Amino acid sequence: MVDVPRVRVGLEIHQRLATHKLFCNCPSELREDEPDYWARRRLRVSYSELGSIDPAARFESLRNRTFTYGAYSDATCEVELDESPPLPMNLEALEIALEVSLMLGMDPVDEVHTMRKIVIDGSNTTGFQRTALVAMGGEVKTSSGTVRLKTLCLEEESAYIISTAPEGATYRLDRLGIPLIELATEADITSPSQARETALTLGRVLRATGKVQRGIGTIRQDLNVSIEGGARQEIKGVQELALIPKIVEREAVRQATLLELRDRIRETVGEVRVSEPRDVTSALLGSKSRLIRRALSNGERIFGVRVDGLAGFLGVEIQPGRRFGTELSGYAKVFGGVGGIIHSDELPGYGISEDEVRALREALGADRSDAFILVLAEEAAASTALEAVSERLIQAGLGVPEETRRALPDGNTEFMRPLPGPARMYPETDVFPVKTGPLIERILRKGLPEMPDATIDRLQREYGLTREHAEMLLDEGRVGLFERVAAASGNLSPRYVAAILTSEMRALKREGVDVEGIGEESLSEIVSLVDSGILPKEGVRDALTEVAERGPAALEDLRRRKPPSESEIRDIVRKLIRDNAELVSRRGERAFSPLMGEAMRILRGRAPGSLVSGILKEELRRALRGTPRG
Amino acid sequence: MGLSYRGRARALLEEAGAEDYDLLEMRTGSRKLSGILMPRPEILDDEHVVIKLDNGYNMGVAVAKISGVRVLRKGGAAPERRPPAPSAPRGGLPKVSILATGGTIASRVEYSTGAVRPTESPEELLDLIPEMGEAADVSYKSIMAVFSEDISPEDWVEIARAAASELNSGASGVVVAHGTDTMHYTAAALSFLLQNLTKPVILVGAQRSIDRPSTDAVLNLSSAVRMAAYGPAAEVMIVMHGSTSDDFAFAIRGVKARKMHTSRRDAFLPVNEPPIAVISSGGDIEITGRIRRRRGSGKVDVDPRIEPRVALIYAWPSITGDYLRAVSSSGYEGVVIAGTGLGHVPNRIISEIGELVDSGIPVVISSQCLFGRVNLRVYSTGRRLLAAGAIPAGDMLPEVATVKLMVGLGRGYRGDELREFMTSNIAGEISESIPPNSFPPCYRPGAI
Ligand SMILES: [Zn+2]
Repeated sequence: MVDVPRVRVGLEIHQRLATHKLFCNCPSELREDEPDYWARRRLRVSYSELGSIDPAARFESLRNRTFTYGAYSDATCEVELDESPPLPMNLEALEIALEVSLMLGMDPVDEVHTMRKIVIDGSNTTGFQRTALVAMGGEVKTSSGTVRLKTLCLEEESAYIISTAPEGATYRLDRLGIPLIELATEADITSPSQARETALTLGRVLRATGKVQRGIGTIRQDLNVSIEGGARQEIKGVQELALIPKIVEREAVRQATLLELRDRIRETVGEVRVSEPRDVTSALLGSKSRLIRRALSNGERIFGVRVDGLAGFLGVEIQPGRRFGTELSGYAKVFGGVGGIIHSDELPGYGISEDEVRALREALGADRSDAFILVLAEEAAASTALEAVSERLIQAGLGVPEETRRALPDGNTEFMRPLPGPARMYPETDVFPVKTGPLIERILRKGLPEMPDATIDRLQREYGLTREHAEMLLDEGRVGLFERVAAASGNLSPRYVAAILTSEMRALKREGVDVEGIGEESLSEIVSLVDSGILPKEGVRDALTEVAERGPAALEDLRRRKPPSESEIRDIVRKLIRDNAELVSRRGERAFSPLMGEAMRILRGRAPGSLVSGILKEELRRALRGTPRG
Repeated sequence: MGLSYRGRARALLEEAGAEDYDLLEMRTGSRKLSGILMPRPEILDDEHVVIKLDNGYNMGVAVAKISGVRVLRKGGAAPERRPPAPSAPRGGLPKVSILATGGTIASRVEYSTGAVRPTESPEELLDLIPEMGEAADVSYKSIMAVFSEDISPEDWVEIARAAASELNSGASGVVVAHGTDTMHYTAAALSFLLQNLTKPVILVGAQRSIDRPSTDAVLNLSSAVRMAAYGPAAEVMIVMHGSTSDDFAFAIRGVKARKMHTSRRDAFLPVNEPPIAVISSGGDIEITGRIRRRRGSGKVDVDPRIEPRVALIYAWPSITGDYLRAVSSSGYEGVVIAGTGLGHVPNRIISEIGELVDSGIPVVISSQCLFGRVNLRVYSTGRRLLAAGAIPAGDMLPEVATVKLMVGLGRGYRGDELREFMTSNIAGEISESIPPNSFPPCYRPGAI
């Protein structure tokens, strides 16, 4: 593989907003439970306004797929099911989008027009995603230069995919229609680390509004990556900021390798020539290969194409652990719905013998300098798959094709679909345009939220927080909560309050406690219980855990639970000593430690440790005085 | 190419010599914007100019902020669609004629005006719904382009004549593409106007226009063509979605169908009987109701006589006798009242009903319950209505009773002759019995 070349990266951030859905009044909440109803639909593409059917749309419609949608009777309505026209645009969502635009110095449009972006992979019941341009222009500063912003759009979130197969896909409708801000930068980012920094900065501005959703999946990044001479790739679905630099780097390497491959192909064969698909089943009829035998017993056949003069090219590694053959395989899977391909650079292999390879070569008219590709499938699927593979091979002699790719957990990417053209946008005639003037006036009257950098500075200055805690409060959207709680807690230092809201929560999260489930109300209540002395500091962790597990009801118990008086503690300790007389007589004062642990367990953090240990020491001494040592 | 703008926006654009679809450059403050000038629907204000940017998005630019407009490139012709050439129909397939009347199914949103434009050629439909071409040798005629809310009794006659003419010249069945709003009125009218019907006549519509990927027209039209080509029923039917899914369509008797939802795919329900047939997305036809069988021969006729001046009114708690008098003095020749419950009206207007009947204006009583039968013998109000001369509609839908009364009056029936016509079953509109599986529960576990 090659060195990491210079990249150009554009970033697209998708952030869900914390308000009801964009074109109906359903809640923007995700569900885990089984949907109440299922509907099955198909999608067809029609002619566009401008007369051409978009290639990406055509590509999906070629696959005559059935989509199944799960609906909830209490959380989705006829709009998600495409059984009713959309309601007018959610103005609260538009106001948030405008607020972000203004914070980033973007230029809002005067009148927002909702468009239909044709998406017929089934992720929208309508076959299009409603999206509207809200603002353009603006920029963000990073430590390695300014990144210009391109567009801010307000759009509908897609349906949640449960499963997919060539013949169809199954979705849940709880997610469909949640308002989403799509914030795109120009391709001004020139390094993997700058890409990450830009994403972090933009994410903080979004969160500074206090009106965006948080938690896994509520923000995701798409990357547009290209290198000199390469081509724009849209990489979808990056959920971890930390993965961005690696993905950018590996994509740059992939493109550079593909360019190198192109040059070698040109030197070797001039242009790529691929034969027509041929049924080569007979060459492998007696094969011992499990893969082959399974395919044949399923009634599948083996089809192959010859690639003239390119033996050795298919095994070229284009990303760590990913070969050019894997790219071709992606095309075969996506277009033909087949399991993948077998290519000559990995043979003998898969249990296919040397002799069988020879027979295959003969059947395909391929000599040692030629490569070949096999697909195991029924004829129609195989020929679609091989046609897609052939087209991709021909492109390899021309350069890097523009693609939509999916981010993989290891930082590599795989082919998803061809990059859609801009022609797939039509006006959404069911939604009226909205003037932004009155909304902007309202936002400016209220004042824009504080910018993230200013917040971090202020938290350090006014409350004496560490920068780390200040950033954590910001990134977790708890600045407002912190300030409210800190102001109300006369007896606690702001530093301590910040620690509960940040490091304490993170520690619990690491232990596997579902801290996302603890609401702001509960957090503020717990701090106030500590502040008023009802809950000792030692009890905070248990209290948080209980609320995470049982919900706010757990707080009721805490509130009712007054701190035990000294004499109550003394009674508990005495009983403990009596119950453990044997231990006490055997270990003397060294019984303190196990008894202390037990006492704290019984009191479950309701009493400060210092008080309990004082009483225990006293009582232990008293008991030992009265007990002859044996 | 014209300019669809008015008022202030028009003045600005005209001065720059701009027309719809031209590529413009506009200055707003210190910024330059360029994009294709998009038409602006009439209903919107004249304060904004809409352009389509390079990235495909439309945006509105406030006229007040525009300091200069320049045409960079003329747009030329309106957006063109190029439907691919249709493949020749396979030989030996039954002939099905599609007659387009307008409405969502036979039209698409004209983005240039925001209005609806009729489909011009069969190619546009066949490319989208190749299933039709596979099932039958399909021909396509646009006989009118009318929103279904504007369709009149004169149009019903024209549609009936066109359908009869197709059936008499070899079509195995006729499919009438129709707007959904009044489709059940047209279906009822065709049921009475077409005489000696030997083959299927099917009305079909769409709740989602065919310019949307999720259009219901695909299942509806392919099912309609199937039913027209192969269905055994010589009936006038409405074929539309049977559920919210694209799984199957219902064929509903034209005189028993009603649009029961403003926007759902399965808006049409059969009333007081199950659907005639269920047509699966794969094209299988299952007969589920009583039918008159398709016959090989015989000429289909049209009896075009119809009297459009029939009023359909609701009974409601504060209805007054004056209202009824106003109806008769407006020149209506007959009145259908959608009464409450079993077919009741407030007792205070019964005398006016009697006056109408006595003055030669027949009054037919149906029920706004829609489901179930009118019965004027159970309560005294009903008996008083009968005594006043009102004609009970049986289990006819109010709309069907209205169309039937137009036909009866058109044929010159009056008095007892009209009563006899209205209370006899002509085209399946009055059920002998109402089976228990004919009422749709709105709440079905596991179904929407
Ligand atoms: Zn909804």
